[in-house]
Amino acid sequence: MTLMKLYTLIPMMPLIASIVIGLFGRQLPKAFSHLIPIVLVLGSFLLSLYALYISYHGYVFNENLFRWMTVGQYDLNIGFMVDNLTALMMSVVTFVSLMVHIYTIEYMENDPGYSRFFSFISLFTFAMLMLVMSNNFLQLFFGWEAVGLVSYLLIGFWYKKPTAIHANMKAFLVNRVGDFGFLLGIALIMFYFGTLDYKEVFSRVDSLAGQEFMLMGSSVSLVTLISILLFIGAMGKSAQVPLHVWLPDSMEGPTPISALIHAATMVTAGIFLVTRVSPIVELSSTALSLILIVGSITALFMGILGIFQNDIKRVVAYSTLSQLGYMTIALGVSSYSLAMFHLFTHAFFKALLFLGAGSVIIGMHHDQNIMNMGNLKKYMPITWITFLLATLALVGMPLFSGFYSKESIIEAVKYSEIVGSSFAYFAAVFGVFITSLYSFRLYFIVFHGEERWRNKSVSHNHHDHGLTKNQSPHETSWMVTTPLILLAIPSVLIGFFTIEPIIKSSFLLKDIFILDSHLALSQVTEHFHGPINMALHALVTLPFWLMVLGFIVAYLLYYKNINFIKTPKVLKKVIDHKYGFDNFNEYILAPLTIRLGNVLWKYMDIKIIDNFFVNGSARTVNLFSHITKKIQTGFISQYAFVMVIGLLLFISYFILGGKS
Amino acid sequence: MIFTDYLFYLFSSILVLASLRVITANNPVYSALSLVLAFFSAAGIWLLLHAEFLAIALVLVYVGAVMVLFLFVVMMLDINIEALRQRFWSYFPVALLIALLFIFEIYLVVTDKFFSSSDPAGIPLEKSNTHSIGSVLYTDYLLPFQVAAVILLVAIISAIVLTMYGKKSHKAIDPKDQIKVNRNDRVRVVKMKSEKKK
Amino acid sequence: MVTLSHYLFLGGILFAISILGIFLNRKNIILILMAIELMLLAVNINFIAFSHYLGDLSGQIFVFFILTVAAAESAIGLAIIILIFRNYKSINVADVNRLKE
Repeated sequence: MTLMKLYTLIPMMPLIASIVIGLFGRQLPKAFSHLIPIVLVLGSFLLSLYALYISYHGYVFNENLFRWMTVGQYDLNIGFMVDNLTALMMSVVTFVSLMVHIYTIEYMENDPGYSRFFSFISLFTFAMLMLVMSNNFLQLFFGWEAVGLVSYLLIGFWYKKPTAIHANMKAFLVNRVGDFGFLLGIALIMFYFGTLDYKEVFSRVDSLAGQEFMLMGSSVSLVTLISILLFIGAMGKSAQVPLHVWLPDSMEGPTPISALIHAATMVTAGIFLVTRVSPIVELSSTALSLILIVGSITALFMGILGIFQNDIKRVVAYSTLSQLGYMTIALGVSSYSLAMFHLFTHAFFKALLFLGAGSVIIGMHHDQNIMNMGNLKKYMPITWITFLLATLALVGMPLFSGFYSKESIIEAVKYSEIVGSSFAYFAAVFGVFITSLYSFRLYFIVFHGEERWRNKSVSHNHHDHGLTKNQSPHETSWMVTTPLILLAIPSVLIGFFTIEPIIKSSFLLKDIFILDSHLALSQVTEHFHGPINMALHALVTLPFWLMVLGFIVAYLLYYKNINFIKTPKVLKKVIDHKYGFDNFNEYILAPLTIRLGNVLWKYMDIKIIDNFFVNGSARTVNLFSHITKKIQTGFISQYAFVMVIGLLLFISYFILGGKS
Repeated sequence: MIFTDYLFYLFSSILVLASLRVITANNPVYSALSLVLAFFSAAGIWLLLHAEFLAIALVLVYVGAVMVLFLFVVMMLDINIEALRQRFWSYFPVALLIALLFIFEIYLVVTDKFFSSSDPAGIPLEKSNTHSIGSVLYTDYLLPFQVAAVILLVAIISAIVLTMYGKKSHKAIDPKDQIKVNRNDRVRVVKMKSEKKK
Repeated sequence: MVTLSHYLFLGGILFAISILGIFLNRKNIILILMAIELMLLAVNINFIAFSHYLGDLSGQIFVFFILTVAAAESAIGLAIIILIFRNYKSINVADVNRLKE
């Protein structure tokens, strides 16, 4: 089997699973609904590992599978490019997807849409693989939209729930804003480079470095414009401020997809995109600064919101936003490999956190309010241990995977000299404290303290979900705990073992372009003396003690229940409204859009287009036909009369003209 | 004046009179019969011009087939002649004026010296007219000849299709009937009491 | 002495008579059809006369084709007249005006 066929097989297997289950899932026995996708995704995962093995040994695969279409002089192809960056993403995507497939068996056990759900997540796996394996922007965009579509379908999976429908609508609309920018970026690339193929675009990017582009009367550097437009696309997908509003609401969907799509894979597509187009982004320090600042704002402020949430999934969602902010910061300081590294470790521990949260939700009979939980470590030991490990990884406990990736990002920011890096450094360091605070708050409230569901107020009884006073939660079955354990292993260890190749060797660097003047990453490399030294060194740095401080504050506030801090009312209000992004959208943006739409509808569409152009042309035709109708009498003799008159005139002309 | 000239004037006057009769006769049957006469005299004129084959063809095909067809149709249809002849003469002055004008102009044209040749170049007479037409028709004009055959075939088929009526043997729906259908022809809303489940 | 112009003039007269016929019988489709036959006859006479005086057989070939097409035309024309009569119970041109409104 050739490599091409092998690589084609990787995305095709989940697609086949999706189609088979989507079309025949209801007819087949229920077991087939999970067996077929799991087997095929497992195959996909093993092949991805093989692809990683091949590309690790230095073979970059880049071939076109077939020509999709030819538009004028442009050839648009479907093809695969598998380098280390892609292979790493493929492995992460298929691994997390496999875990989620297994986990879903129990989580969705009694759901009427069982086979539909499996069909969707397999379809997602296909789309995500197409996205990361693409060798051109068009196919990237295809995968990009396809994952967006599946995300939309899955957020609204429980389509009878009004909040879910609202949430998926919101996700879809906000993503459209990002995609619009992305599409414009692609169009600019198409226009100036004449191709969408990565390799050709990147090889020619130098020649366009100095080019200016006229935009509304002022000239903008072309590279900056393309970079910013592409980053706007990434902002939509990776939920950066101000396009982040859809991610918290997307938690309306089932928990497995929150883990798969909204934590581990799809939301990191933006990070992947910027990393992939590093040869373009690198050339524009304006775009890099923008990326850096957006990332810092997201990392810090979204983390703060996480402290005040009571829905277990929303806390984790805000934490995801904050961590995505960290990745974006890394992009901003040109440390693309560190962003990918954080993406990589984050995929494991965040998926684990979500799946752990899902396990807790199963144990609590689908009650998601953490104020009804407590002391769950007694009832759900495996969930407790794995959740604790994930939390430690998240807050950046030395030796855990999250520590290595996040610590190196903070280091990189420290060495960076780009505009906005000092603010980013503050945000990143202070963000460690915030992360630690909300993570341990969640941990203490859920797994320690009193068993709150026993004394919850009677008014909650009308809910369908949740435990009654006399019930106790119980540990979930092996189908849930196996993925938890399997994910816990990389969450703890993978950073320790992979930081060396990522920082020291050129494993990722050879697929990334970094200008020589951007020193942050090389500085980090210079100061790196092995993972153990790094962990030891961390004990004397600020971030570590901030993390400990966060732990102490959380311990006092939520374990000992000592209320020594009072949140100011104003601050509380601001936070309750999530900084007002939703309100801004709802009360300013939406009415303005509606008004604009009304104007366009009533005046442009009805009056000008419909009445003037469409009906007007019809009326003109009508008018002329009324005139010509008078000529068309239908009497043959009159036609003959006219003909004969004409004949006579011709003969007269012939006679008279002939004589002259 | 030689003998054939007398024949020409004889045939021409019959032709003109017959055609006047065609357009003025009260009854279409007379018109058709006059047209037969006109064709006969035209055939005579064609004989004078040594177009024997066409003269015979005109008599056989036109008089024998086409004009009989005309007579058939005229006699078969129950035509209200009175209605058709209302205000028959009202356009006559204008029409006559135009016709005379036309004849006058034609006269001007054909009396030009170019057309006054009385010495026919003539077609060599060693072969018969039919023979020479045939030899040209089947060589130089083979394709037009085939096309003419196809035109005739199409004419036969279309005439049959147009006039065919009687029992419908196909299931196609007449578009005209389809358009005329409205809701009440298809759907009938029945009011009835709901049944109770047992 | 009969010259070419005599024949052409005869054709012209015949043509003028047919035009007159179309105007007079403007309501009767059958008569209009007959007038058209007469017109074609006039044209045919011209063709044959030219053919004879110029010594070219092509003129007669053309007459041959005109006869063919005229036969086809009258066959279809009569079929249409029968259809019209079947639908309107009349062959008056003035009655056939449904599309006009």
